[in-house]
Amino acid sequence: MKNPVYPAVAIAVGAVVLLGYFLQIDLLVNVRIALLEWGTVLVGVALLVGVINLLNVHLNKVLSDDNPNRYNSIALLSGLILTLVIVGWFKPTHPVSVWIFNYIQIPIEASLVALLSIILIYAGVRLLRRKPNLLTIIFIATVVIILLVSGPLFGIEITGLSALRIWIGKVPAVAGARGILLGISLGIITAGLRILMGADRPYGEN
Amino acid sequence: MSGLNLLGLIVVLIFFGLMIAIAILVRRRESPKLREIPAFKRLDRAIGLAVEAGSRLHVSLGRGQMLSRQSAIGFVGLSILDRIGRSTSISDRPPIATSGEGILGILSQDSQRVTARYLGVESDPNRGRITGLTPLSYAAGTLSFVKEEEIGANLLIGSFGNEVALITDAAERKEGMTLGGTDNLTGQAVLFATAQEPLIGEESYAGGAYLGAGRMHTASLYVQDIIRWVLIGLIVLGSLLKLFGVL
Repeated sequence: MKNPVYPAVAIAVGAVVLLGYFLQIDLLVNVRIALLEWGTVLVGVALLVGVINLLNVHLNKVLSDDNPNRYNSIALLSGLILTLVIVGWFKPTHPVSVWIFNYIQIPIEASLVALLSIILIYAGVRLLRRKPNLLTIIFIATVVIILLVSGPLFGIEITGLSALRIWIGKVPAVAGARGILLGISLGIITAGLRILMGADRPYGEN
Repeated sequence: MSGLNLLGLIVVLIFFGLMIAIAILVRRRESPKLREIPAFKRLDRAIGLAVEAGSRLHVSLGRGQMLSRQSAIGFVGLSILDRIGRSTSISDRPPIATSGEGILGILSQDSQRVTARYLGVESDPNRGRITGLTPLSYAAGTLSFVKEEEIGANLLIGSFGNEVALITDAAERKEGMTLGGTDNLTGQAVLFATAQEPLIGEESYAGGAYLGAGRMHTASLYVQDIIRWVLIGLIVLGSLLKLFGVL
């Protein structure tokens, strides 16, 4: 038999938070604030659970005999333990701890961002091959125009290109973004209401 | 209560009423008609192929914060994970979920546990993994997972930024199908360029209806369509009134 407690609690909490947002009744507002504070605490605990899960995923990889990529996980776990020891010993604001952040964490993320830009250029070219239609051509043309105007083109100025970029940014891009955002808002409202009605239960028994 | 709050409450009540009314109407119909979205048609085929080929399906739930508006797309991803878990019940390789946020990770494990219990099979908590807790570490963790596992199709339904390109590129190299939808504008542009089947705007929220998650999902899709046409009408009317100097 399905357990009615989970949906009842979820629906009640959802209804109080929603009504507390619209109706400025002291009791409702106070309960809403208290519930949101509990939620914030739960998010913090979930972050800790996330870290433990992440450790568990890599530990399983290290302990697995048939995983050829176990050394990635060994490197990651060693780095994590070393960071924890150093930051725990010296405290987070000590120059040694800051050095780890500035000279290990930031360069790694920067190299991933660099890789991302190459992947995006490659994806643009591949898109033309995969879906050679009008939408793709407009998409690629817009990207090329924006890039041409955004970056220095050896000091060369193409007449009208800057104006075209401003027009794209102000008219079609804003219109498209608004259309997409309206669609997303409609989706958010219906997804929220489905959970509030108990039709969607991403918790406990379905 | 301010005017804006009252308007907001009225809008929510209109949505609520329409969803219930249409859900009742949908129940009377044998098979409600939905407009065709090629991505979901291809997903249906990919699920069948994955079951036949014995490969896995990967659902990436993104890194949306659960106390923000990003939670809605996360919940949609969880619905899709549940439906796919049930659709692939005859496969010996159930789907795997990855996420970049603690609560989403816990909920994905819970969703898989419930599906396993429903199917009467053993649940494995390792099928709901948190692969990183910052945008780039999440993408890096997920792409290494995509490379290591034998995955037939990747479904990226959640909150992603431009880092999603790293995941779609890894999936493309492994020749797996990629379907992606997000609530983030930058993420949508990147998915349009990199995913084989991108979902635009509200299409990202329609997954449940197309995967048969219940009549309330179908009803909410109809309501979205109705309200969208109402909004289009209001925008056109507003523009005309402005043009003729009435507003």
